[in-house]
This record gives sequence, structure tokens and C-alpha cells, in this order.
Amino acid sequence: MTSLTSEHTMRADFTAKLKSHGGLIALGLILVFNIIVTPNFLQTQPLAVNISQVATIAIVAMGMTLVIATGGIDLSVGAVMALSGALAPLIFMSDFGQAYPVLGLIGALFFPLVAALVCGLFNGVIVAVLRVQPIIATLILFISGRGIAQVLTNGNLQTFSYAEFSYLGTGKILGFPFQGWLALAIACVLFWVVNRTVFGRYLLAIGGNERAAKLAGGPVRQVKIGAYVICSVLSGLAGLIVVAINSASDAARNGNLMELDAIAAAGGGGALLQGGKAPIFGAILGAVIIQLVKYTLLANGVEDEVALIAKAAIILAAVYIQQARKE
Amino acid sequence: MAPLLTMAGIKKHFGGVPALRSASLEVEPGEVHALIGQNGAGKSTLIKILTGLYRRDEGSVDFAGEPSHVASPREAQNAGIATIYQELNLVPLRSVSENVVIGQEPRSFGFMINWPEAHRRTREILARFGIEIDVTAPLGSYSTAIQQLVAIARAVSMDAKLVIMDEPTSSLDSSEVEILFGGVRELKSSGVSVLYVSHFLDELFQICDRGTFRRDGQTVGCQSLAETTKLVLSAGLLGRNAEEIAAEGLPELAGGHAAYDEVVLEVDKVATGPRLSDFSMTLHRGEIVGLGGLLGSGRTEAARSIFGLDHLTSGSMHLQGREFEPSEPSQAIRSRIGFLTEDRKAEGIVPDMSVRENLTLALLPKLRKIGQIDRDREKALVGEFIQKLGIKTSHMDQPIRELSGGNQQKVLLARWLATRPDILILDEPTRGVDVGAKREIQSIIRKFVDDGHAVILISSEFEELVEGANRIVVMHEGKAVSELTNPGITENALVKALAHHEEATA
Repeated sequence: MTSLTSEHTMRADFTAKLKSHGGLIALGLILVFNIIVTPNFLQTQPLAVNISQVATIAIVAMGMTLVIATGGIDLSVGAVMALSGALAPLIFMSDFGQAYPVLGLIGALFFPLVAALVCGLFNGVIVAVLRVQPIIATLILFISGRGIAQVLTNGNLQTFSYAEFSYLGTGKILGFPFQGWLALAIACVLFWVVNRTVFGRYLLAIGGNERAAKLAGGPVRQVKIGAYVICSVLSGLAGLIVVAINSASDAARNGNLMELDAIAAAGGGGALLQGGKAPIFGAILGAVIIQLVKYTLLANGVEDEVALIAKAAIILAAVYIQQARKE
Repeated sequence: MAPLLTMAGIKKHFGGVPALRSASLEVEPGEVHALIGQNGAGKSTLIKILTGLYRRDEGSVDFAGEPSHVASPREAQNAGIATIYQELNLVPLRSVSENVVIGQEPRSFGFMINWPEAHRRTREILARFGIEIDVTAPLGSYSTAIQQLVAIARAVSMDAKLVIMDEPTSSLDSSEVEILFGGVRELKSSGVSVLYVSHFLDELFQICDRGTFRRDGQTVGCQSLAETTKLVLSAGLLGRNAEEIAAEGLPELAGGHAAYDEVVLEVDKVATGPRLSDFSMTLHRGEIVGLGGLLGSGRTEAARSIFGLDHLTSGSMHLQGREFEPSEPSQAIRSRIGFLTEDRKAEGIVPDMSVRENLTLALLPKLRKIGQIDRDREKALVGEFIQKLGIKTSHMDQPIRELSGGNQQKVLLARWLATRPDILILDEPTRGVDVGAKREIQSIIRKFVDDGHAVILISSEFEELVEGANRIVVMHEGKAVSELTNPGITENALVKALAHHEEATA
């Protein structure tokens, strides 16, 4: 090889690296900016706040990543959060929950997740069996899910003080928020599922070429439904965490615009919208970036509305990088 | 006269792997020039560099007397290089006129599209190629040949100086090929050059003036096709001696014949819908049964019914003597049936996945071990098949889309062989692969059958059917109409059997 070509290849490798590590570079830039500009950024308090906020986005974004990997999308994640978040206080504040606190607590964790699972099943069946386009199919629950949650709670804000349940959102292990550890644990499990299991392989194959996967005997329907179910259950879990953090359930606001955050995080993390890729830790990276952008703007006195525009810019950048990577 | 296009010393690497090493190409004005080479010889890479899809690492390109540095397909188009791809880049739901004038619509008052003028212009261009059709009808309502001519017409309307055609005839029947060739001749007579890529040697002789030969990423020669023979051409491609091939003659499929009586599959009067209304056949261990027939005669539908893709509306099937009615492919696979589909790209490969992942896709249920994929066994198995079938890949984790067509096909064949099937259904197993890979694939099939398994072979190439199959079930309009038995089948006999039913129904 002549020196000319090797130089060319090196440069090509460099651009390729830049593209595939765009997320990490963005994260580095934000961190450096914050360390210099934002006061007290590295103190434990803001760090804990950031981790507890990022965990919910990350958990939903990981589920979203699985759905996107099949070539689908799930718009109902925020509504599912609201629904499961509304159910939990209803259960542990019921007469039964008051009489048997332990059963009430278990029920308050279990049944909202079952409700989320049913939502996922609903989405999955409409997409995989009835073959409705995912964006339309999940629009149904996007609209009605939050409505159901508000009907259940009569549109009221439910406040409570229940330390055991609030541990989900305020507990700490080794000084770090409980839900941060939870998100990490979920990521490890999902990473294993995607990269090592038969389900994960089929998931990527279906996103990569659905007809080929079916002809090779892949259980296309089951795998797709599975992806939507996992996504919904994780959303339900995130809904519980938000309620636990606030010690209050507000069906109108819980998970509001979460679908935007989750899609942006998954996309920024490297999930291709046409399917076939499921970078789980990428989703966490994407969630961290989104959270830090939000925090940076907030800490420096920028309006919340403007932060939305910044999020849109992230999606734009993510899509651009994806297009470039395809070449 | 100065050449229209001169490419010299072109080099291109992907990662560290060289795809082109010192490639050159020269096309004269008004010439139909063939680009000849096996899959993996770098034809597509060269074309993609020419049309701005890839950037060259080294080398020079001169087009129409000037150094060319096109960086995108659009720039290539503006410079006068038009490409007619295998998969047409047209909009099937829009009208013929819209497809032809898109991007350069005639306007009135500067902003409204002047449709009468657009239609007139389109009719005029198409008339040059001898086609008169309703240009206001959606493009998708016409045959592939017409659509290809529309693509050519579009190129002409944009003043293309060079039209590149990549396997333009792969989905055309013989009368359509004639229509297309008429278009090519019309281009030639109006001084437009054509760069023609095809695996069909007959076509090259029929339509091309000169050819550039490529092998292993290198240009090995350029000569006038009138001065060469088919044998020399295919020998040159393979890097073999012409006499040697002449002596061998038969394709690799020919060979031993069934020595078994055991029936593995019996299909009795099966129907799945309007395109398969009455299909019967028996398949013995150790034999190849061919399905012969024209396009649309129900060959592929017959295969789909056996593989559980189309559900039976009547009739029955017996596999190893037991009632068999699969409701989906996974069930057929568990019953040890494999189906190599016709359309490699749409129904075969998962392009972004690796060779390893593609190869084991049908085997996944058997690779499960304590909830996860047994990676060691997977790697061992893939390594074994790569070696056994001679799959050319830099490593088993290379994305399959980077492989040549023939090697992709071998991976797909390995996908099925790995499931240890009793019956393999092969739909056009050697279509779109070069001569070398074709022989290799045929010998793999032969070996599979000699090991006591059975094959149902669908092929549009009569030669492959006649010399490979023990028996041929002739299909016509969704029905199995007759059966021919080897030895004794000739291409003429097969054509006669087909034609007979063609007449009978006409």
C-alpha cells in the first residue's frame, strides 16, 4: 500500500469514527461546557438530580429502542406512564391497601405493570397481527391512555406520603439514586437479550428484513408483540418512578411528551428508524445527553419552552448523523 | 475520435480490503460497451464510482474531454451520465409523463406545470423507441420492459451522453428483451454510448460492440466482441482454458440418478388460490424434481404452498407418509424443509447483519442453549460452511451486503444446509450469479442430492432443468399439466411440452 492510500484510509477511518462516536463527543462537549459555565455542576446534589431524572428517560428509551429495532415506533409510552402512575396510588390508598399495607404495596407495584403489559399487548397485536402502521396503532393509546388515567383519578392530583413506595424514586444505594441502579440493571439485561438471545437475533433480523426473517422461520408476530410489551412495561415502571419521586400522581402531566424524549434518546443513541439496530447503551447515552441539555438550559436560566427547541435540534442532528452513516 | 469516457488507474478500498486495483475503462462515443466479469470482480464498484455514489481512492476519470470529479448521482446526471438500475428508481404510482419530465417540467406562467406540453414531449420521446402508450396512465400499470424504456427515455430527455444499464434484462422475458434492445440500438444510432452489464453472454454478443473484462478487481483486457467466441469469453472470465471447458461440457448438476424408491413428499391436487389451482407431484429420496413452466405458471406458488406460506384451499400433502399441512415457514423448517427464495435481496439476506448471523438465521431454534445462543457452536458451524462452500468473505462478521451476489447466494444456501433438511426447494438458485459461482452452487446441490436428500428445482434456464432434474413437472396456469422423465428429456422436448399446453389453451 502506498503512503497516499494509507493516509486516505486513515482519514476515512477517522470520519467513520467521528460519525459512530458522535454521541460520546456531544456528551463530552456538554460536560465540559457545564463544568466551566454552570455553577456547582459537579456537586453531589445536581448529580443526584440529574441521575434520578435521566433514569426515567433512559428506561423508556431502552424500550423504545427495541420497538424501533423492529422498524416500528411507540407513541403511547407517555400515556402508559400516566396510566400506571395513576393506578399505583389508587391501589395502596384503597381500603384494602390501608388494611394490608404489604399486599397493598406489592399490588401497587404489580398491577400497574400488568396494566402496562396489557397496553403493550394491545399495541403489539394491532401492529403485528392486524398490520396497522405502528405510528397509527400506538396513536390509539397515545390519545386514550392518558384519558383513561384521568377518568380513573377524576382528573384530580393524588398526593400521598408513603415512604416505602417513594423509595422507588427517592431511595439511594451507595449514594446514588435507586432508579439509576435500576436503569443500569435493566440495560444489562436488555443488552444480553439483544446480543445473546434468540429473541434478540430475531428482533434485529425482523428490523433488517422482515420477509427474510419470516421465510427463515422467524416468529415475526411474537417477537414484534414482545418488543411492544417490553416497551410498555418499562414505560409503566417509569410512570411509577415519576409518581414516587413527586409523592403525587398527576395523570395530566406524568409522562407528558415522554415519547419525544424517548424517541430522541433512542435515535441519538444510534437506533436506526428503519429498524435493524438496537443499541441499548446508546439509548442511555442519548437519554443522558437529552437530560443534560435540559439541565444546562434550565440551570442557565433558559425557558423550558426553548428547551423543547433544543430537543428538536438533537433529533435533527441524530437523523443527520444516521443519514451520513448509511453511506 | 477521442473516447467519451476514460477511467484509468482507479483504486478503491473498503476498510482495508481492496475492491478495485488499477481498474481502467474506455468507452467510445455511440458505442455499446460491455462490462464483463464475475460477481466480486468489481463491476458495481466501478459503476458506483462513475456515478458518484462512491469516491475513488486513486485514479483519474475523464468524461467528454474533461476531467470529471462527480461527487453525487445528481452531479453525474447533470454531467450526462444516466443509470438504469436493476431496481428502477422511478415512481410507479405516478403517470408515465410525470416520471419522464420530473425535475424539468415544462411550465406555463413560470409556476404552473404545462401538462399538455409534458404529455406531448413524453409521447415524442417514447415514439423514438417505438412505443405508443397512454402516457397519463400510472407507470406501474406497464410491464417491466416498458418501465425500463421509460427510464431510458428519461435519460435521453436529460441529454445523457452515457447510459449505464446494470443487468437490465434480469426480469424480462425474451420478447421484452427485444423491445429493450430496440431502445439500446436507438440510443446508439443517436450517438449515445451505453455501458452494459449482464451475466447473459448471449445478450452481450447480440447487443455490444466491445467489452472490458474484469477479474478480481482488475481490468484484464478490452476487446471487440465480434472477434471472440462465447467459450473464450466464459473461459476468460473463469481464468480457465477454453478447451478444458469444451471437454467438460455438462453443467455440474448432471450426474448420478436416483437409486431410491422411498417417497419423501407427495402433493395431491393442491390449490391455494387463483395462481395455483391444481398441483400434484411426488418427490423421492435422492432425486431432483424440476418445476418447468413460464413466468406466472405457478412454479413459485407451488413452492410456497409446500413451505407453508400460502394456505391450502383444497388438496393434501404427505411428508414421509404422514399428513402434512404447514401453516407457517417455521413449521415447514421443523419438518426439515428448506426454501431458497428467488429474490435474494427482498426475501433472502438481512443486509446489515453479518455473514454469521445470516447463515444461522433459520437454525436459531436449534442453537438455543440455556436461554441464549450457543456462540461457540455457532462460530464453529459458520466457519465450517464458509470453508466447505468456499464462501469468499474477509471474516464471518463482515456484513453480508458487502459480499458479491454469488457469495451471498452461497451463504443463503448454507443457511438451509445448516438446518440439515431432507427437502430443499430451490427457486432460481443460480440467477444473477456468475459462471464460476453457478458451477459451484450446482455441485453443492448435486452433492446434497447424492447424500440421499431431495430437491425441488425451479429454474427459468431450461438447460439447468433438463440436465439437472430427474423428472420435470410441467406447469401451466397454476396446474401441473404433464411430467417428463430423464434420461431422455431435451430442451426441445421441454419447450414442446410447454408450447403444447400454450396452444391447447389458446
